Amino acid sequence: MAGTLLFNALREAIDEEMARDSHVCVFGEDVGQYGGSYKVTKDLYEKYGELRVLDTPIAENSFTGMAVGAAMTGLRPIVEGMNMGFLLLAFNQISNNMGMLRYTSGGNFTIPTVVRGPGGVGRQLGAEHSQRLEAYFHAVPGIKIVACSTPTNAKGLMKAAIRDNNPVLFFEHVLLYNLSEELPKGDYVCALDQADLVSEGKDLTIITYSRMRHHCIKAVQLLKDEGIDAELIDLISLKPFDMETITRSIKKTHRVIVVEECMKTGGIGAELIALITEKCFDELDARPVRLSSQDIPTPYNGNLENLTIIQPHQIVDMSQKIVRQGL
Amino acid sequence: MSKGTAMASKQTANKPSETGEHAERLSNLVSNVPADIDHETGLKLFRDMTLGRRFEDKCAEMYYRGKMFGFVHLYNGQEAVSSGVIGAMKLKHDWFCSTYRDHVHALSAGVPAREVMSELFGKETGCSKGRGGSMHLFSKEHHLLGGYAFIGEGIPVALGAAFTSRYKRDALGDSKSDSVTAAFFGDGTCNNGQFFECLNMAQLWKLPILFVVENNKWAIGMAHDRATSDPEIWRKADAFGMKGEEVDGMDVLSVRGAAERAIKRARAGEGPTLLECLTYRYRGHSLADPDELRAEQEKEFWAKRDPLKTLEKDLLEKQLVNIEELREIEKQIDEEVKDAVEFALESKEPDPTELTKYIWAD
Ligand SMILES: Cc1ncc(C[n+]2csc(CCOP(=O)(O)OP(=O)(O)O)c2C)c(N)n1
Ligand SMILES: [Mg+2]
Repeated sequence: MAGTLLFNALREAIDEEMARDSHVCVFGEDVGQYGGSYKVTKDLYEKYGELRVLDTPIAENSFTGMAVGAAMTGLRPIVEGMNMGFLLLAFNQISNNMGMLRYTSGGNFTIPTVVRGPGGVGRQLGAEHSQRLEAYFHAVPGIKIVACSTPTNAKGLMKAAIRDNNPVLFFEHVLLYNLSEELPKGDYVCALDQADLVSEGKDLTIITYSRMRHHCIKAVQLLKDEGIDAELIDLISLKPFDMETITRSIKKTHRVIVVEECMKTGGIGAELIALITEKCFDELDARPVRLSSQDIPTPYNGNLENLTIIQPHQIVDMSQKIVRQGL
Repeated sequence: MSKGTAMASKQTANKPSETGEHAERLSNLVSNVPADIDHETGLKLFRDMTLGRRFEDKCAEMYYRGKMFGFVHLYNGQEAVSSGVIGAMKLKHDWFCSTYRDHVHALSAGVPAREVMSELFGKETGCSKGRGGSMHLFSKEHHLLGGYAFIGEGIPVALGAAFTSRYKRDALGDSKSDSVTAAFFGDGTCNNGQFFECLNMAQLWKLPILFVVENNKWAIGMAHDRATSDPEIWRKADAFGMKGEEVDGMDVLSVRGAAERAIKRARAGEGPTLLECLTYRYRGHSLADPDELRAEQEKEFWAKRDPLKTLEKDLLEKQLVNIEELREIEKQIDEEVKDAVEFALESKEPDPTELTKYIWAD
């Protein structure tokens, strides 16, 4: 059976939404003639023309700001960060303008934009190209943050993000673009604010997102062989967290590990565990634990890089400790 | 900064003030073709500038009486720019984008004085529902894209509005889409990357936008020629193949003339213009600024070029209006400003239960 690669699932979503609504357009470096650095907008330039798929100069802060102005005046731009890290140059526009403007304008303007692109630790791309910006942007008010992890959710979430009237930061992972899967037929969307219960279990809850979902799936299988029945939740929505799904699971398992690719300090897990402690303190039979990347710039060397991010065996070890020793 | 360096920079800053690079430039303008106006337009411009001036004076009074808070940047002295440019555009059709010095742009764009004053008082009836404040005035109804508190960030937003205008015409086939956007910002802002990035994109894509530089010689305490390798900002348009023009920013008819030419080109799809208006602010950078660096001679030089007096003289000399009409307008404006203050005072504070309203759109 022929599956769809994740980057093509994103491409289909953008294509279908551009066909559905002529106000949807794409801005970014090499999104047009070149088709995007990971081919997410391949051939859309030919199909929709140079204004709807706009090749911009290398000016991240200004083309992101331009998307804000275009959104305020009726368009629905999708901004591609050639690499999400480059959008550090657009931090101001994402924070001050996308995030805050609806509020500071007292509801005068809405900013229907999607900011998307590749991020995460790839294969020896070096520190600057291996960033996980989700934690940096997490505190910005007024933006929704999602991370896709499979071709199916990539497509459904992208469509939902484009249709949403709020700014959405949409994280893709460089190592997941070539995942293949058969997509559901027809027009479907996935909720932007709902976690995905990947597999059910009763002994502990593992919460993760993005590429770490796949490490966790491996770990859950290994744990099964050890007689440990882990429940796996893919957050999908990094802001807001789907606390309903999370709380329900913890009430069942009473143990929780957060597995993340971002750094430990000020990470997604830090915020999540704080919330879990506030909301589920009495339900917990073991201390909640974070498995995060080291607090260092991602090293280039392959072995060091592997040591920087969490590996499946670490998830297995920690799960055993928590379940067996109640640690 | 040590006291010694502060003193040193003070001297440097004062140096150009006597002759003044602006003063020389004003007497050597490359071209200066003022707008031709009729009776009605003359009164409209006088009215708009008077409102701008008196509204700001009232703000200073209210600030010192503890009715408004935060950083408040007044526009006194620069009225010819707002009235000259916005007055030449189509209200509720064209778009306007401002900075933290935004009260008068909002008024020129047609936002009622009541709504602006209320916003400064932090009231629910303010144009940004009391959530924005002095530096964040917004009005979708009046096509005010906003006041932006960070240097330069409004320029790309304005570019986006200009892009939408072209997109509607060329991608959506709406042949009537001809709105033009004016982005206002200062001399200091022209040393920020967003300025250059946006000039490039605007010219590249022939977007209908006016980059209106209000060169008032100062960026807080930084004299323009101490910060800028080539102080003639309008010439930078050349590097992008763009039309640039310098204009006497104390003369509303000159500003209007240049704006009319730029708007005409923009509407015809001929692209952007960089308009450098040589002007001066009559007050400190904000109401919190002690304004100690600017020399008295410099202030006197510009005081003699008060744009309101210049317009009045022009209108009377050309016999377009009579003096009674102007005095009558001033009386009406005083009433309007007084009414705005009363309205703001009487207006309700935002409802505390609505603290988080306006974060999300449905
Ligand atoms: C990004 C950023 N840096 C610094 C400031 C502080 N600041 C506010 S106004 C200003 C000077 C701007 O001068 P100019 O562009 O000439 O405008 P003017 O105030 O003279 O109208 C500075 C440095 C700011 N608001 N934003
Ligand atoms: Mg200035």
